[in-house]
Amino acid sequence: MNQTPLLLGAVAYDPKVVTIWDGFQQYFAEHGLPFDYILYTNYERQVEAHFAGNIHVAWNSPLAWLQSERLARSVGRRAEAICMRDTDRDLTSVVIARNDGAIRTIGDLKGRRVAVGANDSPQATLIPLHYIAQLGLEPHRDFEVVEFDVLRGKHGDHIGGERDAARALLRGECDAACLIDGNHLLFIQEGTLPSGATRGIAQTPAYDHCNFTVLDGGPADAIARFRELLLEMSYADPQVRRLLDLEGLKRWLPGRTEGYALLSAAVERFGYLEPFVTAAAARCT
Amino acid sequence: MHLDLKALGFDRGAAILLKRALRMAADGEAVTVAGSAPELLVHLRAWCRAEGHDFNLSEGVAVVKRGPAGAQRWAGAERAGLADRLAPKAIVEAPPQRWGLAARGALVEAGSPDFHFALARKEEVWSPDAARIYAQAAGSQWDPATAIPWNAEFDLPADVEDAVVQIMTYLVENEMAAMIVPSRFLAQLHPHFREAMQVLAIQAADEARHVEVFTRRALLKRSEFGLSTAGGQASLQTLVDEPDFAVASFLLSVLGEGTFLSLLWFIEHFAPDPVTAAVSRLAAQDEARHVAFGMSHLREHINADPSVRDRLANAVRRRHEMLRHTAGLNAEVFDSLVLMAAGSWDVADVTRGHDQVAVLLQDMHAGRSKRLLQLGFTAGEAEELSSLHTRNFM
Repeated sequence: MNQTPLLLGAVAYDPKVVTIWDGFQQYFAEHGLPFDYILYTNYERQVEAHFAGNIHVAWNSPLAWLQSERLARSVGRRAEAICMRDTDRDLTSVVIARNDGAIRTIGDLKGRRVAVGANDSPQATLIPLHYIAQLGLEPHRDFEVVEFDVLRGKHGDHIGGERDAARALLRGECDAACLIDGNHLLFIQEGTLPSGATRGIAQTPAYDHCNFTVLDGGPADAIARFRELLLEMSYADPQVRRLLDLEGLKRWLPGRTEGYALLSAAVERFGYLEPFVTAAAARCT
Repeated sequence: MHLDLKALGFDRGAAILLKRALRMAADGEAVTVAGSAPELLVHLRAWCRAEGHDFNLSEGVAVVKRGPAGAQRWAGAERAGLADRLAPKAIVEAPPQRWGLAARGALVEAGSPDFHFALARKEEVWSPDAARIYAQAAGSQWDPATAIPWNAEFDLPADVEDAVVQIMTYLVENEMAAMIVPSRFLAQLHPHFREAMQVLAIQAADEARHVEVFTRRALLKRSEFGLSTAGGQASLQTLVDEPDFAVASFLLSVLGEGTFLSLLWFIEHFAPDPVTAAVSRLAAQDEARHVAFGMSHLREHINADPSVRDRLANAVRRRHEMLRHTAGLNAEVFDSLVLMAAGSWDVADVTRGHDQVAVLLQDMHAGRSKRLLQLGFTAGEAEELSSLHTRNFM
């Protein structure tokens, strides 16, 4: 076994990230895989660090995956999604409105104000705005987009933006809000949204979320062992269960990329990726 | 299996019904879910994803299959002993620290954190009498506000009142030690030994009341307490600082509170007023339980490990050496007991009072010796150890 540790990059969107990766570091060490991690303040920094060879594996948001994939293509390299959480598959976002208001359909949003999360949030901004556009209303032209930007660069990992959007809807400052399906349920359960106060007026098709991304030229044996150990993790193991609960999954699944088609179409529509990919590619060469 | 949630959504408890249906479903059996709540399908999908259940929409019908996470979570769980303390092996010899605060007999999830309870062996702390003693204590709690005739009219000679105040001053500081010692060890007991913890907790509560009523009696007619001596506090400090539960229990409950039983009944008998008599009688009744628990768990401990007896004996000798240069019982307390028993400065009364206190000291010695014999000490050891017991009584 190569004694150089496998280096993982992750974005520090919450203090618990340290607890999580310290736990994984211990788990991998106990299973013979030297492992360490580097935390970044934002995904763009992490993607560039990955291409610079500073890390071997990146725990990427869906947008960071697309950034990596496009950047790889641009500079003649290859990115691969090797693993993801069970909870990263088949998410949907919903557009909600107040039950006591006049908004019943997406069409009713013409000329209105729509609350979204951070401008780089796939789930609370990019995908739902793309979906609304597909249904005929162009953001910024047909309705006003009100961003609730908590921790830009975190790609919406911090749900504060979605919570603020939901609160703005309740206060009547916006006519609709975009959020991930599970957060709609969470906000009702935690009391941010009173039960029965909001209704869904649209639900996007399913899409996938985070993945572990690797690039060609990485330490193949260590990466293979890393993936193997992830897939072997069992929720029945109490040591592992603690980490899985923190990271929000029951089991790891092989990576798949077809679930990023919707986000890909969204970033194409909004021309979101090109500035970053172009600039980063220039720095890579 | 089919589950019709009707109008119930996940915002109002649908998950409880679905969890029950999934528990009842056979492995791999599909549960179709129907309902009219507006966001049912949105929330059902999100809930299934978070819980690790398979979710599918088939021609508009939601189909859920139970995932393995629920069973996996409890795969390594273990029973923390048995709830019925009388059942065989209900109380285990050495409960693991990972059982933590769980109720005895609860099913404890694997991976629960290790606690650090220092007193975690049955032989150190357990008594089969603990539940009975606790129940008796709980049923015998008295209200200081109503159990004592605070408004009884009496007017003692000034010196006799002063003697009572001095005795109460002494009792308060001794009961402070008796409140601290069980409280310290209570926090170190493994909760598996719940009944023993409850005895210690209620013992501390007893002492809290004793401190209250002795204080109130002292200040009933006076605005100041009496004297507190360095020697008395030095003796009590050896109790408060004792780190070994068996030794502390032996010194406090068996020897100290055992001796106090004689003292409190003496005060009750010679009390010059009904308030002093009542506070002493009620405190003595409580102290008897404290002695009973100390005796009971130490008997168990000694039966399991006879060498504990040597440890206890050596502790008495060591304490005696530490205190040999202190005054022990302060002269003011001794004199106050004599005066209280005498009732006046009349020579004949003082002589009788002094004789009564001498009888008290003999009673104390006899009581200690009897308890030491009951713990399996030889007659010679009992005589020696009782004689070496602190002159401060507690």
